[in-house]
Amino acid sequence: MIATDLLVAQNVGFGIISLLMIIGAVRVVTVNNVVHAALWLVIVLSGAAAQYLLLSAEFVAITQVLVYVGAVMVLFLFGTMLTRARIGAESDLNNKNWILGIPVAILTLGVMAYVIVDGFGSERLIENPGDTQPIPIQVISDDIFGPYLLPFWALSFVLLVAVIGAIVLARKD
Amino acid sequence: MLTTQFLLLGAVLFCIGVYGVLARKNAVMVLMSIELILNSVNINLLAFSVRHGSVDGNTFALYVIAIAAAEVGVGLAMVLLIYRNRRTIALDDLSEMKG
Repeated sequence: MIATDLLVAQNVGFGIISLLMIIGAVRVVTVNNVVHAALWLVIVLSGAAAQYLLLSAEFVAITQVLVYVGAVMVLFLFGTMLTRARIGAESDLNNKNWILGIPVAILTLGVMAYVIVDGFGSERLIENPGDTQPIPIQVISDDIFGPYLLPFWALSFVLLVAVIGAIVLARKD
Repeated sequence: MLTTQFLLLGAVLFCIGVYGVLARKNAVMVLMSIELILNSVNINLLAFSVRHGSVDGNTFALYVIAIAAAEVGVGLAMVLLIYRNRRTIALDDLSEMKG
C-alpha cells in the first residue's frame, strides 16, 4: 500500500536523479583524469539543482546552475589547465593511504544513515507532492534583507576579501 | 516524498566527499570533493526548509553557495601559487609543517 502511495512522479524523478548523482559523485572521487572528474562533477551539481526544484526551491536551483555549473566549473577547468601541462589519465592521483578513506566513509555513512532512519522513519516531507507551490523570490529577499541582513553584509566582505586575496595570491611578481 | 530520502542522499554524497578529501592527492581533486560535501549540506538545508515550512533554509543555502564560490576562488589561487613555487600540487609533498 505504501509502495503504491509512494510511486508518484516526484519520487520516480528523485530516484533517477539521485542515482545519477551518486554514480557521478563516485566517479568524481575514483576517476583517473582530472578533466573527467570535473565533467562528472557537472552531473552531480546539475542533479543537485534538479533536487532543489523537487524541493520547490526555484531560486536556489537557478543560483546553483549559474554559480556552480557556470562559474565554479570554469574555475576548476582553468585550475586544471594552469597546473599541469598535459591533460590525460594519470596513475598517481591517490595518496599512499587512500585505502583508509573507504572504512572511514562507510563508517560515517552507517552512523548517519542509522541516525536519520531512526530519527525520521517514514515521515512525510510533503503530503501531496502535486500541490506544492514554489517559494516566491520576494519571500527569500525579505528573509535575506530582513532578519539575515548582518550575515549578508559579512558575506559581502568575505567575497570582497576573497577577490582581493585571490588577485594578490595569483599575481605574477 | 519522505524526509529520509533527501537526508540519506545528502549523507551518501557527504561520505563520498569525505572519501575524496581523504584519498586524493591532487589539490584540485580535493577542492572538488569539498564541493560535493557543500552540496550535500545544501540538500539537507532545503529539505529541512520544506519540512518546517520556513524560508530560512533557502537563505542559508544561498549563503552556503556564496561562501563556496569564495572558497573555490581562494583555494585555486593558493593551488596556483603552490604550483608556481614547487611545480607540483601533490599534497603529499607539502610536508614542511609535519614537525
